[in-house]
Amino acid sequence: MILARVVGTVVATRKDPRLEGKKLLILKPVTPDGKDEVGYVVSVDTVGAGFRERVIAVAGSSARMAEGCKDTPVDNAIIGIVDDVQLD
Amino acid sequence: MYFGRVVGRVWSTVKNPHLVGQRFLVVQPLSPELENRGKRIICTDCIGAGTGELVYWVRGKEASFPFLPQEPPVDTTIVGIVDSVHLKSAPEAATPPPAEARRANARRPVRKA
Repeated sequence: MILARVVGTVVATRKDPRLEGKKLLILKPVTPDGKDEVGYVVSVDTVGAGFRERVIAVAGSSARMAEGCKDTPVDNAIIGIVDDVQLD
Repeated sequence: MYFGRVVGRVWSTVKNPHLVGQRFLVVQPLSPELENRGKRIICTDCIGAGTGELVYWVRGKEASFPFLPQEPPVDTTIVGIVDSVHLKSAPEAATPPPAEARRANARRPVRKA
C-alpha cells in the first residue's frame, strides 16, 4: 500500500459497465513525512475520500477485494483515509 | 518476499470494514545487505512487529492470505520478524577480475578515434 494525497477527480462517460457509479480520483503519492513523490495514479474510491485528503491506496489484484470492486477491471483502490502518521 | 525495517505507524479510522482491527506500519524496504532501497510503503501486520524491527514482507495478492478466510484489500503484509541474516560472499560479477585477465586487458592496443 502507498500513502497518497487526493489531487483531482476523473470524469469518464464511456467506460466498462462494471465501473459505473464508481468515483475515480487522481492520487499523488506522498512520503510518510508529507512530501510529494513523482508520478500519479487514478484510483477507485471505496471509502468516500475527498479533495486534499491523505489516503491509503492499494494496487494490483488486491484492489478488487475493496468494497464493491469484486470482478471489476480495477487495479488501484483507496481503502482508508489517514488520520495520522507517526514516524519514530 | 523482501526485507524491511518498521519506521512508523499510520492511523486510519475510515477504512474498508475488513481492515478494522488491522495495524498499518510504515516500512522502509531494505536490500539483503540491509541498506535502504526504494520508497517507504504501508504494510499491514499479521505477527505483531514493532517500530525499529527488521521484518520480511510480501507483495501482491498473497499479502491477504495470512488473514484468510477474510480477504482484506491489502497488497503488502509483514509476515515475519527477522532474527539474523547470513550472506555468502559477494556475487562473482562484483569481484575484481583475476590478475591474468587484468594483464591481458592492459596489453590490448588502444584504438585511435
